[in-house]
Amino acid sequence: MFKDITLGQYYQTDSILHRLDPRVKLIGTLVYLVSLFIVRSVPGYIFAGIALAALIRLSNVPFRYIIRGMKSIMMILMITVLFNMFLTPGEPLIRIWKLSVTREGVIFAIRMAIRLVFLILGSSLMTLTTTPNQLTDALESVLGPLKKLHVPVHEISMMMSIALRFIPILMEETDKIMKAQIARGADFESKNLKKRIAALVPLLVPLFISAFRRANDLAMAMEARCYRGDSGRTKMKPLVYKKSDYTAYAIMTAFVLCCVALRIAGF
Amino acid sequence: MNLMVKARGLIHDYVSRDEDGNIEGKIRAIDGVDLDIRPGQFIAVLGHNGSGKSTLAKHLNALLNPTEGTVLIDGKDTTDESELWNIRQEAGMIFQNPDNQIIGQIVEEDVGFGPENIGVPTKEIWERVEESLRAVGMYKYRSKSPNRLSGGQKQRVSIAGVIAMHPKCIIMDEPTAMLDPSGRKEVIRAARALNDVEKITIILITHYMEEAIYADRVFVMDHGRIALSGTPREVFSNVEKMQELHLDVPYVTLLAHQLGRSGLKLPEGILNKEELKEALQSAVPSAFIGE
Repeated sequence: MFKDITLGQYYQTDSILHRLDPRVKLIGTLVYLVSLFIVRSVPGYIFAGIALAALIRLSNVPFRYIIRGMKSIMMILMITVLFNMFLTPGEPLIRIWKLSVTREGVIFAIRMAIRLVFLILGSSLMTLTTTPNQLTDALESVLGPLKKLHVPVHEISMMMSIALRFIPILMEETDKIMKAQIARGADFESKNLKKRIAALVPLLVPLFISAFRRANDLAMAMEARCYRGDSGRTKMKPLVYKKSDYTAYAIMTAFVLCCVALRIAGF
Repeated sequence: MNLMVKARGLIHDYVSRDEDGNIEGKIRAIDGVDLDIRPGQFIAVLGHNGSGKSTLAKHLNALLNPTEGTVLIDGKDTTDESELWNIRQEAGMIFQNPDNQIIGQIVEEDVGFGPENIGVPTKEIWERVEESLRAVGMYKYRSKSPNRLSGGQKQRVSIAGVIAMHPKCIIMDEPTAMLDPSGRKEVIRAARALNDVEKITIILITHYMEEAIYADRVFVMDHGRIALSGTPREVFSNVEKMQELHLDVPYVTLLAHQLGRSGLKLPEGILNKEELKEALQSAVPSAFIGE
């Protein structure tokens, strides 16, 4: 049941992208997402596509592996495309009953689809090449300036990394409780939706109780090990920029400038 | 030299309050405990469920403060806010559930968590992590996810996490309760090695009698008081008293005791098979002629 949930999945291999500083990858992904909305013409999309293909090549992650992660998003993509096709006002092409596919709609839908696909590929490339831990470290560091505005950046990233650590444990626990309830006659596979939802109650209640108990234990264990927020805290693995990271930033800047140039040139 | 742990007239009440903050009920978990533990000792604390042994453990790490009485850890009062972090660094704590005390997603990161908190420089953290993982024999698992380890291995990682803070004393609150027999052995072996080699004071809270026989001193708790104390031999000699406290004595000790009651002249407080064999040989020499 929970096998297909792949949160922050990391593909373990060695590549230039894997070795980059996580902050570079985080900022790079954001920059790429923004530039997808800067370009708006066929040459622009081809340019963005080539850049993405080059990155995938550099990452050493098999292309098929990345595509497999796309399948679950396909449904959302189709719905977006259909809605855009039918609901954008403009010059009608085909009429089906009361709805009509408009020319503007088709163009908009295609553009949207390309953007979405690139967007998902781009961000999954980041999670595939960055461990969740590096990612939370990067977030803490990138959002660091917000500390001055009293945003609890350290606490948020600590919470994220604890959550990531406990996902497999809680999943295992869910599995155990499920089996225990099945042994007592619970039916999680009923065709009847109402019954199926009702069956979740005896699953969720013990799961929540146990999660709270774990949280309590963990908080105590952290205190016992002198945890007191980020005051006076040092880092075992501090983030340090290397030469390759600066190169990556330079390439990133060049990429954005090219996108802007394409847009201005009217392509 | 300071005593590692010095408790005088320690009392702890768990107070439950209603919504308006009025006291609804009081449970006295610890009721006047005096405790002296010298540095370098291996101490076992025994007791059935609800005897107050876990509450006692939390006092030794300043996770709880006394209702009455005082607790001094290496001469520092646990109620003294300014010493709080020093106490927690000096007296590390291992809990029962191995999953609920590992914070890092990789073994080495978890071991580094404590040193990070007390502000150890990066380079020294790495040295401490390596040395602590080696001390518990988990160095080759340093880059594994804790979820892939067995219970005993996880507890050893937790122990390494505490050692990396360079404590003088480690309090283990039923560290083996959720482990299988081989995991239990791993953990106890690691604890004894730390006591032997590093001279770290170990306070082992357990309800497995077999783990207590290695201790320098055993304290048996009942209803928040120390009911019995002494060397393992002295404590386990009181077979009837132990049974009164709903505690078992090690199987061999019980066997020797029963044999003694049915007429054999055996000394009390036999702790292992070899001792029993020796005692039997001198009590009934004729039975061993064939050997």
